Amino acid sequence: MLGTGLLQGLAVTARNLLGSFHDPKRFVTTQYPEERTKLPEAYRNFPFLVSENAVDPMGTLRCVACQICEKECPPQCIYIEKSKDKKADANGKPQLYPAVFDIDLAVCMSCQICVEVCPFDAIKMDQVFELATAERFNGLVLNREALAKPNSYFQEIHPTEAAEVDGRLAADRKAAEDKARAAAAAKAAPKPPSALPPPPPAA
Amino acid sequence: MIGPDPFPLSSPPGPQVRPVHDPFHGDLLEVSMGPHHPSTHGVFRMMVTLDGETVVKLKPVFGYLHRNHEKIGENTSYLGSMPYTDRLDYLCSMTNNWAYALAVEKLAGQAVPERAEYLRVILAELTRLLNHTCLAGFLLQDCGASGTPLMYAFREREKILDLFESLSGSRMMCNYQRFGGCRVDPPAGWLEAARTVAGNYGQFLDEYEALLTGNEILMARTQGVGVLPGPLAVSAGVTGPMLRAAGVAYDLRKVDGYGVYPRFEFRVPLGAHGDTYDRYMVRVLEMRESIGILRQALRDIPGGPIMDPKARLRGFRAKPGEVYSRIEGPKGEIGFYLISEGGPNPYRYRVRPPSLINLTILEDLCLGQSIADTVVILGSIDIVLGEVDR
Repeated sequence: MLGTGLLQGLAVTARNLLGSFHDPKRFVTTQYPEERTKLPEAYRNFPFLVSENAVDPMGTLRCVACQICEKECPPQCIYIEKSKDKKADANGKPQLYPAVFDIDLAVCMSCQICVEVCPFDAIKMDQVFELATAERFNGLVLNREALAKPNSYFQEIHPTEAAEVDGRLAADRKAAEDKARAAAAAKAAPKPPSALPPPPPAA
Repeated sequence: MIGPDPFPLSSPPGPQVRPVHDPFHGDLLEVSMGPHHPSTHGVFRMMVTLDGETVVKLKPVFGYLHRNHEKIGENTSYLGSMPYTDRLDYLCSMTNNWAYALAVEKLAGQAVPERAEYLRVILAELTRLLNHTCLAGFLLQDCGASGTPLMYAFREREKILDLFESLSGSRMMCNYQRFGGCRVDPPAGWLEAARTVAGNYGQFLDEYEALLTGNEILMARTQGVGVLPGPLAVSAGVTGPMLRAAGVAYDLRKVDGYGVYPRFEFRVPLGAHGDTYDRYMVRVLEMRESIGILRQALRDIPGGPIMDPKARLRGFRAKPGEVYSRIEGPKGEIGFYLISEGGPNPYRYRVRPPSLINLTILEDLCLGQSIADTVVILGSIDIVLGEVDR
């Protein structure tokens, strides 16, 4: 009969309309900004630089200004200048640091390739998305002071990834310490007896 | 040319066209539809010549969204092109990623772990559901059903986008596939969530079909409108649901059997008339088959690594050679053609975009139809201008 399909369709829309009055599951809209949905852990938008602690972010940046992310960034939104001097990193090894580290968020396309290619776990993806600015030209160009965030913040937003990274870095650090200790021991006792383990360092 | 062209491109299938200067009927009217027109799905322009309300000539004009995609691909590293492929057909970033990853893997002879292959199938079928749902919503929007079907479609699309977001970190620009696997393993509970979404999708399709499939207005607007004959579709290189709606059984998942598709049981729905209604119907039936594939893939997905441990991310170089690789995207055959000279970036990078090639027959479908039907026909071709213009 002509019109059956129409009536059937009207029944569907009526069911959806009336159903929304007694089934809260049917409300699929979030009233942003009063209500906010929880972001998934994997959510990413723009990069930030990881520093070891919040007290001295510029002194404890993990970045060693190797410029791999600058080269690999597809839209070329990263600008780095290497430092002239060296500073000790978390393992005590003297390393370069970025004298200038700028990211233009207006150019960044949130692809996460800088994070994937970084060999030092120094750059990670942030979750801050309310970044509107009235300043037209430099409002979204972030310098290293604005980009630096402590590792505790990274642990907060990406707990799973942070646990994996921290575990790996701790293992690296331990290996480096063991190596340094062994080297120091070898230096202190040039001919150790082969059957005995090397003596522990004095410190 | 030997003999007459069997499919002349400018043959009007509709009523006889009157001469231009007919004193009784007046002149032809040339209308520029677009580039800023809500029904052109982006910035697309149709120069339509009208005789009353009947289309006698249609010239598509595109390129307004040209972003130099292929030249950028030749100037960035292989990995650096991957996020750009997200932006080709921005509804189907997962299948674009897969097609590109497949091309580079073929070039480099890179193996992919089984778990990654299954995950790719799952993501591709979710993308197909998402794309076809959106298409049905927009097609009805083009017919004049403002709002309701589109909002129902977007409600369901949101569930798939949430899955993509919790997996890859981004709803649409996923950038998830890598050469030799996928980027990260799904988080805990993701596969269960995907099972729930796939399991509930059939119920949504039932509701959606109750709303639309038997609707008399939709039938009147789409049946017999924009008929695409099978031979014309084949000779024009049309692929995907457009081709299958014209009654040609050609699905790369069956023909090439790439990935792990040969392990799954599914049918290829075909249309009988090649009109707009068939194109809608074929997509709905394809979604039902996709749900079946999803169910099988989510049941059989093995454990293990997600990435080939030998795969290199940084400093990736492919040996010299050329390769063309293609997959069945939701819109048709999406392929990537790469020539490598052994350097860090390809010497030539070419995309075979299904939207653009399906769009080439637009004039043949629209001649003799009314101006209001061109909008519906364009909607049923399923274009995304990001892919047409690149």
